Amino acid sequence: MKILVCITHVPDTTSKIAFMNSDTELNKAGLTFVIGPYDDYALARAVEIKEAQGGTVTALNVGLAETEPTLRKALAIGADDAIRIDADPTDAYFVATQIADIARKNGYDAIFMGRESSDYNGGQVHGMVGEMLGMPSFSPVMKVEIEGTKVTLAREIEGGKEYIEASFPLVLGCQEPIAEWKIPNMRGIMSARTKPLQVIAPVSQENLTSGGHYELPPARSGCKFIDASEAEKLIDLLKNEAKVL
Amino acid sequence: MAILVFVETADGELRGSSLEAVGYGAALAQQLGVQASAIVLGTNLSQDKLAKIGNYGITRVLQIADDRLNQGVIQAYSNALGQVVSAQGITTVVLAKSSLGDAVAARLTVKMQAGLASNVTELPLSVAGGVFKLKRSVFTGKAFQITEVKTANKILALKKNAFAPVPSSDSATVEQISVSLSEADFGAKIIKTDKVTGELLLPDADKVVSGGRGLKGPENWGVILDLAKALEAATGCSKPVSDLDWRPHHEHVGQTGVKVSPNLYVAVGISGAIQHLAGVSSSKCIVVINKDADAPFFKAADYGIVGDAFEILPKLTKALQAL
Repeated sequence: MKILVCITHVPDTTSKIAFMNSDTELNKAGLTFVIGPYDDYALARAVEIKEAQGGTVTALNVGLAETEPTLRKALAIGADDAIRIDADPTDAYFVATQIADIARKNGYDAIFMGRESSDYNGGQVHGMVGEMLGMPSFSPVMKVEIEGTKVTLAREIEGGKEYIEASFPLVLGCQEPIAEWKIPNMRGIMSARTKPLQVIAPVSQENLTSGGHYELPPARSGCKFIDASEAEKLIDLLKNEAKVL
Repeated sequence: MAILVFVETADGELRGSSLEAVGYGAALAQQLGVQASAIVLGTNLSQDKLAKIGNYGITRVLQIADDRLNQGVIQAYSNALGQVVSAQGITTVVLAKSSLGDAVAARLTVKMQAGLASNVTELPLSVAGGVFKLKRSVFTGKAFQITEVKTANKILALKKNAFAPVPSSDSATVEQISVSLSEADFGAKIIKTDKVTGELLLPDADKVVSGGRGLKGPENWGVILDLAKALEAATGCSKPVSDLDWRPHHEHVGQTGVKVSPNLYVAVGISGAIQHLAGVSSSKCIVVINKDADAPFFKAADYGIVGDAFEILPKLTKALQAL
């Protein structure tokens, strides 16, 4: 089993987001960058599958040199090698094009990634890659079990889940509880330093969308407190003041 | 140029979030001076219900009445829509973000070579020169970005509450269309669906009541369910509650769960970790009920009550029932 796991390099989920250069750029000062939380689940499940069945896990990121520590972490968690496509990941279509190109060249049985990145939240790259490669794509996947050539998936839908029978090759957008996150151990961290990390130039792809300036959500005007002894007053306020009932 | 709105169904009804997309598509068509149609795949809905799409602003509904499409098979859906888009000369597809909509839109983007904007929160700020300037939610609700889509073909995936349609009495005409789908399009088989029925779905809900660890155990959820019923709200929960299996995973609201933007969000016994706030920050009105007056959630709230949820919630439920 040859698995490609695509990871994003995103601010830690506890980060406070701020912008600079007249709100055109994320202010990265003080931010800790991590493997995207959903991608972390995808990676953990891919490593489990490799450990159970043999094979290889390749971690891939589309990003500039600053993302290499994140790729090294993926190697420490259990990926065998890593590929960095040396480009700014400007939009989902651009990123999907790069992943599809590598997949065509190297041939994988499965491509795993998170259901969405936690920065732009588009949740589109897995589907685009699937379509570009003519492979089925599924997301958000919360369970994947493999028995010979048969793959059973659980996909979360509104109000529940659906179980799907599919076969390789395929593309999965993953989410919890597909696996437990893996914390790299000392041996993993040491071996990650010497595992191969290939840097590859991007293939050309015009951006179909372009990002303009950012805005922060308007601050709330403050919390109006209601005494617990007269809690029912809240209903009147919601109806007549906030007008949401 | 023409607009197509992809409409989803649930439990034999039109999905609320899809009806917002219909209203949005109609308003966008007016802004652009072009035609809009809506499309429904499968035969889950009666013709009467399909005609109701007209209430929300689009009076031309296309239906592919193929029973195999009664289940949301991603590849079949995207191939069917790809054929409709080219046959009907569609340049812009509008849909509500959902587990099916997202998966289908991504594949359709490649077929149409379309620029796609996801989590769109309102009508385009500008459509001058065929370039859509769209406001969309990024960093999991922590910020917005203005994205430009310059391609001739476009796909807009809407966040809940991007548009509030005002229903009219207009009825839609339903046209049957057919597409050619192969066995391979249905190669992935949906073998079982576990789904609550008759409950308001969290992403469709205008009101949400969520409970956190402050409720101390799943056996205490009655007060949440009663309040949600009185409010006609969907129920949600915090991540620890879903991790502990007190409530099902599809109720988990937050950065790595469901992102909601209802008119009213009521958080009970949830302290307000930044990851939870990110998933609810675009709610119109936030009410926080917590024993701990220092809970960070109060800083993000419009209304707050400090006290015991087991005493407060029944009072609220009673006051609502008396309305």
